[in-house]
Amino acid sequence: MKEVDARGLSCPEPVMLLADALKGQEKEILLLVDDFAPIENCTRYAENHGCQVKRQDKEDYTELRISR
Amino acid sequence: MTKNKERNYLLLVGGLIGILSIVLMLKGNPANMGFCIACFLRDTAGALKLHTAPVVQYLRPEIIGLVLGSFLISLGTKEFKVRGGSSPVLRFFMGMMLAIGALVFLGCPLRMVLRMAGGDLNAWVGLIGFILGVYAGTLYLKRGFSLGRNHGLGIAEGLAMPLFEVILLILLLAYPATLAFSTEGPGSQHAPIWLSLVIALVVGCTAQKTRLCQAGGIRDLIMFKDATLLWGSVALFATALVMNLIYGNFNFGFAGQPIAHTEHLWNILGLFIVGLISTLLGGCPMRQLVLAGTGNTDSAITVLGMMIGAAFAHNFGLASSGNGTTPAGRIATIVIIVIVLVIGLMNTRRQKA
Repeated sequence: MKEVDARGLSCPEPVMLLADALKGQEKEILLLVDDFAPIENCTRYAENHGCQVKRQDKEDYTELRISR
Repeated sequence: MTKNKERNYLLLVGGLIGILSIVLMLKGNPANMGFCIACFLRDTAGALKLHTAPVVQYLRPEIIGLVLGSFLISLGTKEFKVRGGSSPVLRFFMGMMLAIGALVFLGCPLRMVLRMAGGDLNAWVGLIGFILGVYAGTLYLKRGFSLGRNHGLGIAEGLAMPLFEVILLILLLAYPATLAFSTEGPGSQHAPIWLSLVIALVVGCTAQKTRLCQAGGIRDLIMFKDATLLWGSVALFATALVMNLIYGNFNFGFAGQPIAHTEHLWNILGLFIVGLISTLLGGCPMRQLVLAGTGNTDSAITVLGMMIGAAFAHNFGLASSGNGTTPAGRIATIVIIVIVLVIGLMNTRRQKA
């Protein structure tokens, strides 16, 4: 599983990091984001690319577990 | 599933903002200027005497309402989150330059869409520059452009911008004599304060919920082939167009358009600046205002930069008028494009590596 830390980055950087990660071979990506627009944008991007997204809210950030 | 829901919300909210913008115009706002973030920050700067151009001074309740609307909804939905510290000085100056570019064209991306819906073909020409600017921005992003990470900050930092807007509202309602108001020109044309305020509160709330962004719509289409965000702008255009046709405000052509000029090259280059900077900052001027209400102090500093930039635009004769661009405005446009292209290069990861 690959971990991608996109916390503190403004749109569209988190989506770009996710897109880069999805180009690799990993079956699962753990994406850390901490703002609402990036959470939605990354979820949308992952779902558009046939991935499943599990969201888990932590204290001051959100984990998106993206699997394909 | 979520994608269709988001798109439907954007269609609804974009359409609503289109209608409300024309209502504001019918009730007194300047032509094709139901909303214009750059123009209204410019008018606000004038009301505060940061510039003294007599025709563009009015403390626009729309600006206050947009920030406070998104502030209130973000409190209600627990999305208020104080964060900042991502290249604040650079963002301030980029906000300044964005406002100058917008005032060379005579409108932010929101007014561009409203002008397009009013039949102003100059805005359609400007759209070319806007799209090229966003495209140039995406090239930088693909090369690894970043203004750096933000981080959590104290509550006072996040409240500063909404409270500043509250103070402006108090000045407007209780102490208008302390402010400068135009008696002629666009600054003298405005809808009743309460109507402007209420409509802007609604727009601020809904724009925050849907993340509506003019630059983001084109950016996502170019970068991710995702049109979701763009539907908001399309719906805004469509309802504004229908309203203009119904109320006889549709005036097709280049010449004689309200608060607009016909210098194609400078309309393109002005909006090129706006598209490029908006993409590098992560949002168009309206999105920056809305984010400023949610505790995003990087956007707050950008808004303050835009206000100062708008004041500079009039203090130094950079802003265009219905008569066209100015020599200083044309020079500023070229200089700004060079500066922003250099800023872009200096902030790419590849350069740092």
